[in-house]
Amino acid sequence: MEMFTSIGLNHFLTISAILFSFGMFAVMTRKNAIVILMGVELILNAANINFLTFSKYNGGMTGVMFSLFVIVLAAAEAAVALAIVINIFKTFKTVDVSRVDTMKE
Amino acid sequence: MNQLTIAIIFYVFAAVTVLSAAFVVFSKNIIYSAFALLFTFFGVAALYVFLSADFIAVTQVVVYVGGILVLLLFGVMFTNTIMQTELKTDVMHVVPGTLLLLLMIAGMLYTFYTTGDWMPGETQLQGSIVQRVGFETMSRFMLPFEMASIVLLVALLGAAFLARYDKAHKNEH
Repeated sequence: MEMFTSIGLNHFLTISAILFSFGMFAVMTRKNAIVILMGVELILNAANINFLTFSKYNGGMTGVMFSLFVIVLAAAEAAVALAIVINIFKTFKTVDVSRVDTMKE
Repeated sequence: MNQLTIAIIFYVFAAVTVLSAAFVVFSKNIIYSAFALLFTFFGVAALYVFLSADFIAVTQVVVYVGGILVLLLFGVMFTNTIMQTELKTDVMHVVPGTLLLLLMIAGMLYTFYTTGDWMPGETQLQGSIVQRVGFETMSRFMLPFEMASIVLLVALLGAAFLARYDKAHKNEH
């Protein structure tokens, strides 16, 4: 019972492991490019939870600052990736990644 | 607040996060996935507050919910005709994917729970960290901070260049 009532490091690591696996599942199995992007966001969030957990229980600020930069880069990544997806849609009239298979028009 | 109350609140937010993340991944409808992602981001922000990273939690809400999720919704609406009911996407390799999902969760949890005890430090983060984030940004992380601004500028230009309305291309067809 003590294990469930006192929230410790392992609780956060468990949530992050589950989120990471869901993100990987989305990246591996979904055909729509936008859902794949959502999976990547889930993976980044899982990594952020890990950074912040270890930073809290370590007492340093490195993990906190690193997670801040992860959020900044995730924003840049989402913008560029969606621009690419929109270009793919203009060229192929679909965002199904299993049908986007030529590099030249 | 006693420990039990905190634990109950933690489990509520953990359940919100994990269940909505599962909905994002397993739902066939992209719009439903996008809106479930909203709850995932809010749940993760609440977990950040539990980790005494209040500034990161607010940044998470502003950047992810206000920026990335809106971008993703725009992407969904650009690439699907909203009037069509066919907003569904297929799934491929379901069985290997599910197998790998379970294996990955089991493997990571096994590693986390059996690699000895984690040894928490003497001084853990307590209370608000906004002031310390400011000090770190302006001292040790000055160079990455400036580089992040350049990366954001370049990403902005690149995204605008890639997704712009191509008039000459349009006239060809």
